[in-house]
Amino acid sequence: MASVIEHISDETNRENVYKTKELNLWYGENHALKNINLDINENEVTAIIGPSGCGKSTYIKTLNRMIELIPGVKTSGEISYRGRNILDRSYKVEDLRTKVGMVFQKPNPFPKSIYENVVYGPKIHGIRDKKILDEIVEKSLKGAAIWDEVKDRLNQNAYGLSGGQQQRLCIARCLAIEPDVILMDEPTSALDPISTLKVEELVQELKQNFSIIIVTHNMQQAARISDKTAFFLSGEVIEFNLTNKIFSTPSDKRTEDYITGRFG
Amino acid sequence: MKLIDHTKVVGHMNQRLVKNQVYKVIFFIATMFGLLILGILLYRILTQGAHYLNLDFLQNLPSRRPERAGIKTALIGTIWLVGVTAPLSLLLGVGTALYLEEYAKKNRFTDFIQVNISNLAGVPSIVFGLLGLTLFVRALGLGTSVLAAGLTMSLLILPVIIVASQEAIRSVPKNLREASFGMGATKWQTIVRVVLPAAIPGILTGGILALSRAIGETAPLVVLGLPLFIAFLPKTVFDTFTVLPMQIYNWTSRPQEEFHALAAAGIIVLLIMLIIMNSIAVLIRNKYQKRY
Repeated sequence: MASVIEHISDETNRENVYKTKELNLWYGENHALKNINLDINENEVTAIIGPSGCGKSTYIKTLNRMIELIPGVKTSGEISYRGRNILDRSYKVEDLRTKVGMVFQKPNPFPKSIYENVVYGPKIHGIRDKKILDEIVEKSLKGAAIWDEVKDRLNQNAYGLSGGQQQRLCIARCLAIEPDVILMDEPTSALDPISTLKVEELVQELKQNFSIIIVTHNMQQAARISDKTAFFLSGEVIEFNLTNKIFSTPSDKRTEDYITGRFG
Repeated sequence: MKLIDHTKVVGHMNQRLVKNQVYKVIFFIATMFGLLILGILLYRILTQGAHYLNLDFLQNLPSRRPERAGIKTALIGTIWLVGVTAPLSLLLGVGTALYLEEYAKKNRFTDFIQVNISNLAGVPSIVFGLLGLTLFVRALGLGTSVLAAGLTMSLLILPVIIVASQEAIRSVPKNLREASFGMGATKWQTIVRVVLPAAIPGILTGGILALSRAIGETAPLVVLGLPLFIAFLPKTVFDTFTVLPMQIYNWTSRPQEEFHALAAAGIIVLLIMLIIMNSIAVLIRNKYQKRY
């Protein structure tokens, strides 16, 4: 199994943003992640697929330590982000999450105006200059391909937007803190097909400037938008390879069974 | 083959419908019983006290002669008491609720605190009066001052405020907190910017209802030894004073009929204050009620 992971033919020579070494995670007694080894490159889209309960959401939440919000979680091993172990106690989560943004499964805008939603992050990090904030809002909303739809109603409540617009607003809110990595936890599972398509197109554009890790239930989505795909099963990484390899010539029988729809 | 005999079902029908009607009538009578008692109370009070209710009654100091007696000292005293109790109990209560809900780890110690808060909510008010007498009036030497009474009342309503605030804080959706934490916000920033704005309506509603309880309480103040008759207004929180329920209690314990009518008028004023406060609570709840 390990050999599969090591022999990814990577001609791009991109730098690693994340190196995961022998990561184990327990929810109380439940061993949810087992000996995970994964290296994730910058400016790529890395998809994580697998059946429900396989640990893919758990893994992505470990990458910005959101997992700590759940009581009784224990970890061992190492996840280094740009060379520093984020599981180390001395690594401040607030600092980590400034560099690693997250988009959640269900759109979760604040019950505030569209403008206030986008400037939330920058304000938290101490930016008060109205001019800069205005620029951030425009840049982020353009970056999330929603500027044209909302530019005339920035002061209206974000709850008035459709589900797809809310999710793109959440992406804009994430871009506003100018992160290095964007984690997406099934970002389109609550959206209709057209909104899903828009978010997928957006992901393609965003990878020019960001490293994106996306958890998805939808294998076609992983095939369409990702450069590399990791297949998780029962808390283990079964296979990690270039997406077109995974979907054309998977080297593990279980991967093949999953992507051909025989289980999961 | 049919498992249900439909002629039997039809035969049963009337009996079921009658049963339904009987229970409906029983529940209606139960509701009416409470309303009837309230109606009698209001009727008695209004017929007894209404003709004493005028501006003079509100502006006069208490007096030995019923026609000149008023509730100025008690009314102002009640406002002083609320002025001390409200900020104290809200600060302590919301602070405790925030700590327990947002900061504290769930373990045996916090469970223990939680159980005790719920228990405190059920302790009779007279016990809080004894505590206030020992601690604030005697040990701290505050006497029968506004501050001593305010502290006692704060303790009395603190458990209710804590529980109401906790519920309001808990009802803020988890995914809003996640959004905030996900952008690198600290707990405090998340509390101030996300949790409190969403929880404030619930906190205020609970707070106002608890305060209206404090306004009506008499027993702990009797134990503290608040004067029943006082002819001057408090100037600072260290002055002695009296409150509406104490004044009403004083008048009802006198033999003359006129004083009983005065007590009725006092009760009307107290009820109006309570109705106003409860209405404010309802208004806040309706105005800020948000659906997520």
